[in-house]
Amino acid sequence: MSERLPCTPSQTVGPFLHIALPWPDGPFVVPEGTPGAFWLRGRLLDGDGQPVPDGLIETWQADPAGRFDHPDDPRGAAKSDVPGFRGFGRSATDAGGWWEILTVRPGSLPSPDGSTEAPHLDVSVFSRGLLHRLVTRIYFPDENAANEADPVLAGITDPRLRSTLIATELAGGGLRFDIHMQGADETVFFDF
Amino acid sequence: MSNVVSHPGGLVLPRYPRIAGLHPPNDWPGYRSTRLRHPLLAPADLPQRLTEITGPLLGEGRLGQLDNDLTRQHDGEPQGQRIIVRGRVLDEGGRPIPATLIEIWQANAGGRYRHVVDNWPSPIDPNFTGLGRTLTDGQGRYEFTTIRPGAYPWRNGDNAWRPAHIHFSLFGRAFTQRLVTQMYFPDDPLFFQDPIFNSVPDEAARARMISKYDHSVTKAEWAMGFVFDIVLRGAESTPFEPAEADDDE
Repeated sequence: MSERLPCTPSQTVGPFLHIALPWPDGPFVVPEGTPGAFWLRGRLLDGDGQPVPDGLIETWQADPAGRFDHPDDPRGAAKSDVPGFRGFGRSATDAGGWWEILTVRPGSLPSPDGSTEAPHLDVSVFSRGLLHRLVTRIYFPDENAANEADPVLAGITDPRLRSTLIATELAGGGLRFDIHMQGADETVFFDF
Repeated sequence: MSNVVSHPGGLVLPRYPRIAGLHPPNDWPGYRSTRLRHPLLAPADLPQRLTEITGPLLGEGRLGQLDNDLTRQHDGEPQGQRIIVRGRVLDEGGRPIPATLIEIWQANAGGRYRHVVDNWPSPIDPNFTGLGRTLTDGQGRYEFTTIRPGAYPWRNGDNAWRPAHIHFSLFGRAFTQRLVTQMYFPDDPLFFQDPIFNSVPDEAARARMISKYDHSVTKAEWAMGFVFDIVLRGAESTPFEPAEADDDE
């Protein structure tokens, strides 16, 4: 085995992350006015169910065709047909713990084992009091068949836990995804 | 065990092995804010697939010309000791990570953040925001000019003080490589009582968060030089690895 350099460890973002990390265009995975775009929003909540007002949510996803503009995708880097598609979203939480991004639904993805991953977003959670980011995934509520076949969801058999990874539809449009850092409603977080 | 995972259609993905015992546990009572913010359930397993081995490659459009010089962002010069912080961003295989976005934020020379929730009695510096951004060059190198931040007290316990530090946020090239950390300064007398610094379990890993003074980086009659190299998780580079490389975090 070749020699490996030792990695730099993680530290908390602390309470002053707002000096640097929120961007004016952070929530816009796609530009405003993009056909099919919707708001995906939710609350970040602590073990007492109280809002976390000093958190940061980041998202990463494929484009609607299931492609990434990235050289490590073995299918080749593919610029999205959606103008201005960034794939990445970033939103600080507000006083009520709310975060939001404007995005489009990602496509399904092929998987090395031959299965197909349902449309999903990868999520990183940062906050004061978190020494290392938490990672979760957001799936879509109207993709039952695809979700049933998804290899990651298949690994989570408890229906309560599985339901924490699926967004809910909001009356009036858009999707909601709350993140419970701890407690009876605790979200599934991943080690990867 | 093979380091790559292939599928019938030939989909071959890099794999970023987990590193056991590197990062701090989120359940860390000495840092009080962790109490209601750490999960109680064991994490689920997330295989590394396309979403995990890709990531945002955020480029030049995000940077202003003076973003890497925190001493020139206002009409006047900030108070304090001018410093240069220079280093490289590498992966575990020693490969430089080029054109990757680095974001930093920090307190001023007196240990005060320009932030609405920081109100301890040390003055704001009207000439210092404490925000920097840059991209690494083709060899993974970066450089900031800034002011040496001061230590500051916080409400974590009796007479608790944070050692002087600069927050660093890095993307690397894959979702698996994303890292937020803090850079510390050599020989800080406050390390012994800081639960955030000491949350990293391994002493050698804690030492990797401490920058080194480097006289060759110091500019005569101008600024003191510190070097801080950052190593992100790396993709395995050889086709076959022993099974123990596939450890748990």
